[in-house]
Amino acid sequence: MKKVMSVLLIGLLSACASQTTQPTAVEDKSAAQAAPAAAADPNLNPILRDPNNILSKRSVYYDYDSFVVKNEYRPLVQAHAQYLRDNAGARVLLQGNADERGSREYNLALGQKRADSVKNAMTLSGAKDSQIEAVSLGEEKPRATGRDEASWAENRRTDIRYQGE
Amino acid sequence: MLMRSRQPSRHTLTLVFLLWISTPLQAALDIEIFGGGATQIPIAIVPFAAEEKLKQGITAVVAADLQRSGLFRLVDASGPALRDPRQVVYSDWKNRGTDALVIGSTVVLPDGRVEVGFHLMDVAKQVQLTDYIMIVPADRLRAAAHQIADIIYERLTGDVGVFSTRIAYVVKQGNKYALQVADADGFNAQSIIEYSEPIISPAWSPDGTQIAYVSFENKKPVVYVQTLATRARKAVANFKGSNSAPAWSPDGKKLAVVLSLQGGSQIFLVNADGSGLQRLSQSSGIDTEPNFSPDGQSIIFTSDRGGSPQIYRMPVTGTASGTAERLTFEGSYNVSPHHSRDGKSFTFIHRNGTRFNVAVQYLATRQVQLLTDSRFDESPSPAPNDKMILYATEVKGRGILAVVSSDGKTRQELSMQVGDVREPAWGPLPRVR
Repeated sequence: MKKVMSVLLIGLLSACASQTTQPTAVEDKSAAQAAPAAAADPNLNPILRDPNNILSKRSVYYDYDSFVVKNEYRPLVQAHAQYLRDNAGARVLLQGNADERGSREYNLALGQKRADSVKNAMTLSGAKDSQIEAVSLGEEKPRATGRDEASWAENRRTDIRYQGE
Repeated sequence: MLMRSRQPSRHTLTLVFLLWISTPLQAALDIEIFGGGATQIPIAIVPFAAEEKLKQGITAVVAADLQRSGLFRLVDASGPALRDPRQVVYSDWKNRGTDALVIGSTVVLPDGRVEVGFHLMDVAKQVQLTDYIMIVPADRLRAAAHQIADIIYERLTGDVGVFSTRIAYVVKQGNKYALQVADADGFNAQSIIEYSEPIISPAWSPDGTQIAYVSFENKKPVVYVQTLATRARKAVANFKGSNSAPAWSPDGKKLAVVLSLQGGSQIFLVNADGSGLQRLSQSSGIDTEPNFSPDGQSIIFTSDRGGSPQIYRMPVTGTASGTAERLTFEGSYNVSPHHSRDGKSFTFIHRNGTRFNVAVQYLATRQVQLLTDSRFDESPSPAPNDKMILYATEVKGRGILAVVSSDGKTRQELSMQVGDVREPAWGPLPRVR
């Protein structure tokens, strides 16, 4: 048995002007404390953007259901750890990501494991804990939106972002 | 079946305080109903007298509410409007095969408000079960209709009706995310916050005045609590690392949240104003998606401590604990648990082969029942009377909301015509005032 009822709503609701809330427009004392600029900071070391330098490479990829930093990404992670060690004022945000399958909150925790794995590798290579914040974007910010293994692989990733980027 | 009684006194005043600034929703809502149990109550709802003069009719809203519950079967009620029970010819209605009959009327008062009245009749016994008159502003007619549906539902099933409740969910449209609140049937949707970064995990405070949620607007997940009436909001968990998965304690004083502050993803308690952080779980893996038992004494949550994500239960005490009782054993992926409001069962998502489906497990017997069979179901949220479960699913690659009855026999889809809808949360019953 299948019944279909289509209920048209157009124009029936009260015609108030659209009222929506932007985060910046509401009372929010917490938002003021940390709002990194969206545009690249001019003080950012250009070496971090030099395509010929390994430091311009910012993504670590993972196997399915894995959090292990693969050997091919070790040089990349070590180079960033070295940079942090040599530049005590530098700060990085590590953003872990997961593919879309399954619970959003569980995937957030999976992405966290990935970011944590990069953080651990960096601190073992001499970066300070206080220079690194490992966070997760879960499945919420997919770089690839397809529903296939290639897209999912692209989204099993940790990105390295320097403060000011 | 018609004889279980409860006087609908609770409804008298609930209309007054549901005041909302309405955002016009230029959308059509499609309600698709699948299946239906054998024990449905046949009911005929005669079109309310003079409702064609109103901008918003009553009858269709009442009928859709009752039908959506899965417990009613609508019987043809065409014919002239009936204002008075003395006009009812019971034998006619018996011949149409109905057990219950609703007649009603509407009158526009000189001040523009509308008087809406109805009578609920037992056709077999030829008696009136209840009647009711309310006076509402003209823009509250849908709310009045939901209230009538609640009264009928309660009178005929003995359970509390949930048609006057609200739901929250997230809509993604292009690169824009909106946290919206709507009536339980998806109408009267309005955004409480909009942003260009994701929003997940909305959770209603037990009194329905606030919603906790996770926003990614600051390059990482942060837990906010927003007051609906004033739109003021506060970050209640904005610690180093990730902050997510808010769940209210039943008294509304605390939130369980998941933080990576001390490594891994672990469950903490924090006061609703963001003070008094206290660690609750202690494992080397993932502990997330906490949900309080109705008595506030324990939480159920998702953990991978046993090698695959499963649902566990632990007491809420003053100290962090690594001990928890595993509750799910079927399959290798059980996540997103939510207690039923009576505390006897919990709904969750169970991976069933390549599908992700809504399931319910009874705490006493550990018996598991799958309620859905679609491909990608997420975020189950039980209704305040435990008779329906709201969840996110997908149709043709687009996220929509759906409701399944707690026995799995009736499903319906709530579909906005635009955007990708996900992360539903069913709000509490309106407070009695």
